[in-house]
Amino acid sequence: MRVVIDGDLCQGQGRCFSIAPALFGFDELGNGVVLGDGTIAPETLDLARLAEANCPEHAISIVES
Amino acid sequence: MTEKAPVRDFATDFDHTDPEWVADPYPIWEDLRTRCPVAHTDRYGGAWFPATHAGVSTIAKDTENFTSRNVVVANMRPTEEDLPAPIGVAPPITSDPPFHAIARKLLLPAFSPGVVNALEPQVRVLCNALLDDMIGEGVVNAGQSYARLIPPSVIRQMLGFPEGDTETFIEMVHVIMDTIDQSEDERMEQWEPVEEYFRVQIEDHMERPRDDLTTFLLDAEIGGQKLAIEHVFGTMVLILVAGIDTTWSAIGASLWHLAQNPEDLARLVEEPELMPVALEEFLRFYAPVTMARLVKTDMEYLGCPMKEYDWILLGFPAANRDPVVFKDADQFIIDRAENRHVAFGLGIHRCIGSNLARLELRVGLEEFIRRYPKFELANPKDVTWSQGQIRGPRNLPLRVLS
Repeated sequence: MRVVIDGDLCQGQGRCFSIAPALFGFDELGNGVVLGDGTIAPETLDLARLAEANCPEHAISIVES
Repeated sequence: MTEKAPVRDFATDFDHTDPEWVADPYPIWEDLRTRCPVAHTDRYGGAWFPATHAGVSTIAKDTENFTSRNVVVANMRPTEEDLPAPIGVAPPITSDPPFHAIARKLLLPAFSPGVVNALEPQVRVLCNALLDDMIGEGVVNAGQSYARLIPPSVIRQMLGFPEGDTETFIEMVHVIMDTIDQSEDERMEQWEPVEEYFRVQIEDHMERPRDDLTTFLLDAEIGGQKLAIEHVFGTMVLILVAGIDTTWSAIGASLWHLAQNPEDLARLVEEPELMPVALEEFLRFYAPVTMARLVKTDMEYLGCPMKEYDWILLGFPAANRDPVVFKDADQFIIDRAENRHVAFGLGIHRCIGSNLARLELRVGLEEFIRRYPKFELANPKDVTWSQGQIRGPRNLPLRVLS
């Protein structure tokens, strides 16, 4: 499984990269970016789900890779 | 101002400056959500207030049907002449698409997490200096002597204005805030020294560019053209107006909460790693900022007969208390893990200073509770609250306990 950010929905609320810095970073505008290919290691699955559940813009999803 | 008539029914005659709303708006919003999810008033020339998360969210994201040309509800219904061009007086907050994206993209890098987080050591020093000034006092006015002073000092640093001017700068900021609802003439008169001060600072930066926000704005370009000085000045004013009352309110409301909830205060003192999660709950529960929009054309919307230039009072704080979205929405849960709050708005106008606000709120609380791990309200009756679209305590006398 991997995390995906919908760039059309992301507004740089900044929740994902504070909750799960192993999976998300930010670009020069402060919008969220997925690190690498977004693959979720078993130990980061809970954090991935939290990031998804905290995005006010509903821009994050977890997909089957 | 003339005395206003008391509100008859908040569903059909609401007023966000009514004493009942100012004192405690939450029961009013809860009542509206159950019986009238979009309230109306003839006051202010006609306004609507969605009380649900769904209503707030729909309107915040709908830039086709609503304009941001004025984001503060004025006393009168606006006419075309009252409204600035679609670019707006204070881009990007007063701008609509497509210009909005250009003005916003230009500013975003200056407020990105990387740039803002680098300020943390300075903010910590500042908070400690303010706390040092209170040493020996048994009762501290955390609203006036602490929360109020943090945001303008941080912004003065970001703009690269002289350190010796901190007091003058804070005074000027409050002149700007206090004149928001005054007439154009009154405002111009009071703003004269402010404009003069800013002009001197801007000229100084033109001669000696530095690594700060003022130089950043002076160097910024739209379509290969440097910004007009009015644009630079307008953006500086926006940063002041949007970044000061708001964060002052958030810091104050959080301290107000901790003063009355010793179990939450004790947890934060004992588990400092809880702060990032607690911070989001402070922001959800005490979201200070309500914005406004204007209806673009006559239309039926959310079941309401909206008319061109009706106001929309966009209550992000009300959305944050909607039980449809938040479990136990009316409970403050310091370790709430799932918290999709909208304190910084939704959609293209998401608060550009949100990273800075979080930094100031986090460091402001961390340093306060490190210095004073136990405190309580000195006298609940002495706490006063702001009125209008920014909600927070203004006087907040706290008794520090040993």
